[in-house]
Amino acid sequence: MQKVSKLTIFIFLLPALLIFSLYMVAPIPLSAFYSFFRWKGFGERVFVGLNNWIELIGDGIFHKALFNNFKLVFLSLFGQLPIALGLAILLAKKTKTTDILKTIYFVPLLMSSVAVATLWSNIYDPNFGLLNMFLQTIGFENLFIDYLGNPKLALYSVIVAINWRYIPFYMILFLAAIKNIPDELYEASRVDGASKWENFRYITLPLLRPTIINASVLSLVGSLKFFDIVYVLTGGGPNNASELMATYMYKNAFNSLRMGYGSTIALALFIIAFTFSIIFMKVTKKGAK
Amino acid sequence: MSKTAKIIVILLAGIWLLITLYPFIFMLQTSMKTNMEYFTTSVWAFPENISLDNYLTAMNSGFIRFYLNSLFVTITSLVIIIISASMAAYMIAKIDFKLSNSVFSFFLAGMMIPIHITLIPVYRMTQTMGLYDKLTGLIGPYVAFSLPISIFILTGFIAEIPRELEEAAYIDGANIFQIFTKIIFPLIKPAVSTVAIYNLVLLWNEFIYALVLISNPDKWNLTLGLWNFQGQYGTNVPMVMTGVMLSVLPLLLFYIFLQEKVIKGMTAGAVKG
Repeated sequence: MQKVSKLTIFIFLLPALLIFSLYMVAPIPLSAFYSFFRWKGFGERVFVGLNNWIELIGDGIFHKALFNNFKLVFLSLFGQLPIALGLAILLAKKTKTTDILKTIYFVPLLMSSVAVATLWSNIYDPNFGLLNMFLQTIGFENLFIDYLGNPKLALYSVIVAINWRYIPFYMILFLAAIKNIPDELYEASRVDGASKWENFRYITLPLLRPTIINASVLSLVGSLKFFDIVYVLTGGGPNNASELMATYMYKNAFNSLRMGYGSTIALALFIIAFTFSIIFMKVTKKGAK
Repeated sequence: MSKTAKIIVILLAGIWLLITLYPFIFMLQTSMKTNMEYFTTSVWAFPENISLDNYLTAMNSGFIRFYLNSLFVTITSLVIIIISASMAAYMIAKIDFKLSNSVFSFFLAGMMIPIHITLIPVYRMTQTMGLYDKLTGLIGPYVAFSLPISIFILTGFIAEIPRELEEAAYIDGANIFQIFTKIIFPLIKPAVSTVAIYNLVLLWNEFIYALVLISNPDKWNLTLGLWNFQGQYGTNVPMVMTGVMLSVLPLLLFYIFLQEKVIKGMTAGAVKG
């Protein structure tokens, strides 16, 4: 192979390294640094030691947000993945119909979060929204539900919208994995007289295991750092009922101009998301052996 | 399959079709109604007249500018991502140097970083650099968060290219820059198109950096524009739905023409960090 000088290597790597380090890596120590200050984002930075961290540990809203994040993790894992797997199995046999269905099922994934949230806020509107209109049409006229305004319901309503948007992603992931399973396996088991369910249980599911684990990690990490659909749909409300770590961080930093405390929440979010994805990957890897 | 099983399958497929498709039908038909008509007739009803008035109003109250702003930021970012990522990927995949693995892991670790931790520092940096409220201020963060996955995809692809091709060119007297631009780059077009599509959809729909780094209405991108538009038109549901339709249409058209590629590109990001 040709000799390449160190300088040449450096020149090739430089643009990517520079932009990546500046905007993705340097902010981590910087956020850690800011978390020791009281600061509006401009003007004087007042050193407050560990006060922000002490506040965070006792902050009921942060606890609530963290708990909501875990609810989101749980309901995404057990809402998105099974439905996505079901749809993928439905579409596994390639025909004209399944091709068209696949094309249509995919579309919500192309919408921006703002568009998804705007659409769903009109589906959920208590007076004119599609859902309550549907209830009215089928005869439940008095059952006008305030999906986003009721603190008991808000988080779950938002999660339904989130699932609607992300199910197509996992569906396509599973579909690709199912298509990679060699037909011979199914043919052999058919010769042995296996039923459809046995095929699924003993061929499809075991072979999909790596994809399911991969999808779970993505869903877990995505749910822990989730922000935009919630922010646009409820803003974390009513009364922090649908607050997540990321929305709480954003509101502290950019609405209340508490940049120091915002940085503390951001760092906590980073540490929590990082730790959980490492634990999850360790556990699933062990299970695979 | 037994008859009952078949009916259940068709039923489930139909229900999901309705859940996916009906919201779009609702948006489309509502966007053609007047506000008065929306509140006085049934939500399920078709519009009385097929009218594009709402679309014209929306286009004139900002959507043309939102499109242009999003287009500028997305295309510029994509060009920088593709050039810088493929240059780095070429070194990592093909050239033996001591830190090769470390550099690769360094970039891959980026997939584990939630962008929220970057928001406050990036906001500060952008202000210090005088890029706050400028479209160019979005390009840095956009490129940075797209690099890990792009480098990952491109490195995998470049590693598969047989060494003989480069060696032949080297013997013919080509230097490394020529080998990169004339031999490697043309060969990695399929991976580049995957990277381009994946990042295009992501950046076109990006919201949070725009929210933090832009406040001037002249500089709103499509998501920020739609967000303010729905705030402004609040109770005018047909107008709001028109806004949503307008924000979805470009990618929808893109998808209709390049379906398989878009599906492939969008799931290329599905690798664990």
